[in-house]
Amino acid sequence: MITWIKGGEVIDTHSKTKKTLDIVIKKGKIERLLPPGNYNPPKDIDVKTIDASGMIVTPGLIDMHVHMREPGEEYKETIATGSQSAAAGGFTAVACMPNTNPINDSRSVTEFILERARKANLIRVYPVAAISMGSRSESLTEFGDLKQAGAVAVSDDGRPVTSSELMRRAIEYARFFGLPVISHCEDIDLSNRGVMHEGTISTKLGLQGIPAASEEIMVVREILLAKLTGYPVHIAHVSTEGSVKFIKQAKEEGISVTSETAPHYFSLDHRAVIDFDTNAKMYPPLREPRDVKAIRRGLSQGVIDVIATDHAPHSPIEKDVEFDKAAFGIIGLETALPLTLALVREGVMDLPEAIAKLSYNPASILSIKGGIIEEGKEADLTIIDLNKEYVVEKESFRSKSHNSPFVGVEMKGKAVLTMVGGGIVWESDEFNPRS
Amino acid sequence: MDQLSVSDINMILDTADSLMEISSRDIKKVPTLRGKSIVNFFYEPSTRTKASFEMAAKRLSADTLSLSATDSSMVKGETLIDTARNLQAMNPDIIILRHSSSGAPHLLARYVDAGIINAGDGMHEHPTQALLDLFTIRKKKGRIKGLKVVIIGDIAHSRVARSDIIGLRKMGAEVTVSGPPTMIPVDAESLGVKVVLDPAKAIKGKDVIMVLRIQLERQGRILFPSLREYSIFFGLNQELIRRAKKDVIIMHPGPINRGVEITGDLADGPFSVILDQVSNGVAIRMALLYLLIGGG
Ligand SMILES: [Zn+2]
Ligand SMILES: [Zn+2]
Repeated sequence: MITWIKGGEVIDTHSKTKKTLDIVIKKGKIERLLPPGNYNPPKDIDVKTIDASGMIVTPGLIDMHVHMREPGEEYKETIATGSQSAAAGGFTAVACMPNTNPINDSRSVTEFILERARKANLIRVYPVAAISMGSRSESLTEFGDLKQAGAVAVSDDGRPVTSSELMRRAIEYARFFGLPVISHCEDIDLSNRGVMHEGTISTKLGLQGIPAASEEIMVVREILLAKLTGYPVHIAHVSTEGSVKFIKQAKEEGISVTSETAPHYFSLDHRAVIDFDTNAKMYPPLREPRDVKAIRRGLSQGVIDVIATDHAPHSPIEKDVEFDKAAFGIIGLETALPLTLALVREGVMDLPEAIAKLSYNPASILSIKGGIIEEGKEADLTIIDLNKEYVVEKESFRSKSHNSPFVGVEMKGKAVLTMVGGGIVWESDEFNPRS
Repeated sequence: MDQLSVSDINMILDTADSLMEISSRDIKKVPTLRGKSIVNFFYEPSTRTKASFEMAAKRLSADTLSLSATDSSMVKGETLIDTARNLQAMNPDIIILRHSSSGAPHLLARYVDAGIINAGDGMHEHPTQALLDLFTIRKKKGRIKGLKVVIIGDIAHSRVARSDIIGLRKMGAEVTVSGPPTMIPVDAESLGVKVVLDPAKAIKGKDVIMVLRIQLERQGRILFPSLREYSIFFGLNQELIRRAKKDVIIMHPGPINRGVEITGDLADGPFSVILDQVSNGVAIRMALLYLLIGGG
């Protein structure tokens, strides 16, 4: 069988351009890319045609930072529901963080995750293994064994690596296996049980604040360790003006660091907490308007390479409680694309650049396939309707959890079809392109 | 306090004024709230505020039920929302909530129909304390507008300070906060106050001095090294008080640590209105109950 995607505007994440092209898919791979009107489908094979005219066709989106909650917290999310959520958001691949229960610090957990992903059979799931056993910052996990089992990176996300010595050795050791190291930057002492950004709003609400410096101290440490070891470190969820400044400086000095931010850090600031809304509670916390501006600048100047969601599902048990007792984190897979497209409309980035941050860049940091539309490559594709307007509704989330500060917010732009290896894993009800 | 307008505050203070009279009668009880039920829901221990609310409710003849953190279900880990739903089932007219988490009354309000009075939430607000402070100041000074007030102590972690600041600013007073830098919240000026760290300077020319309670167990040894050193550099004493206006009043939300944030002789001396605050507290709480559910 052949799938023929006709007349879409195809994003080239490498040259950062877009062109109207037909895409011919055979056996799960992109067989041909050609200008419209030039393809004559063979008569003897079944051809499924998808009319993508007026739509954008991008490489399948890749989210390098999600929490799938399986194993251990299946009441919040499973690899199956998380995969559905990802597919509905336009993502064809995700990297899942190791802070499950048990923590992914051994081959058996990594293999379990991959097995679950195979059973779910929707998107590509790439496990990120822990840096330290139990993420306790005491001893290294078996990077080699974990890599062979299928881990694509190491991180203690959810917690920082509190020991600088251990972090140094982790980076050095990861180099041997070519494993990317991802850092959750937080000085736990300085966070001091804080529950939101330290600033005017925390002062007004009487909530313990987390200073920006709590993140920035660790960002600077990781930059210095990347310099010391000569091996890259990837900074997760950048949220402050200072972090952007330090990463920019490091890149200018030729130190190999990469970084990501999450859509909420360029869409919301700490004022979202004003009614003690626990759906505005996450780590790092929502910062100040000036930080939001700096994050946007960081994206436009290429200081921030990746947009990742830090999708962190929680149930009402963790969220319908007093603000200081509520869990950190929000879901993001189904709102990341429209929030990013809003930045494109505001002129922060052009569309190919934005899509690169959601596909090509994370793929190259993690050395995984995808992120680009080329002949011979896997047919992981996302079709986007830039003009689709809708309001985010709790009930419409495919994720098992609904902890999002964007419920009730108007969005523009949506993934209407998501394809992994030539197979359709998500199709919006309103999208009916068969001719 | 954030939700109250200037006219709300004036109405509460005026009502408290007229209710003060009841407390001076031989039989300190009126039937105004007969048949009304009030739940005193104290998640966090508090002898004074709880006693004050109970006294206020009894003087107005309301039925009261008191629950405290030591009562079984709360210790067993029932969530605030579950407890709220249970309370709702009893159909009370008012729930008075004291809780260690900032914002707890906001959460409770989403799940119950009863009126909620915030009796102190975490480090956020303690509005009835602020109202009784305003009431005390108005009684002693005849006005609030234009007065110069200084609050000394752990401003960052104090709900009393936060509510007093909001109330005083709304009523037109000038507010200065003072104390060790570790106890001044970030961006304190955003609350509409002046920051003068050294009490010796901050007290100069003030009409009202509010002293906050210092607790070593709560503030640890990170915010300041010892009670001894605190009392030397930040405690209120006879020498400092001379820098204030001659008719200055000294306030304290209690309980007092004599010899730490204030010397014993000042607490008992002629400038002190600390005991007036206590009796005014009952009147203010009566006024609130009356205004919320006494209207018929
Ligand atoms: Zn993290
Ligand atoms: Zn995370």
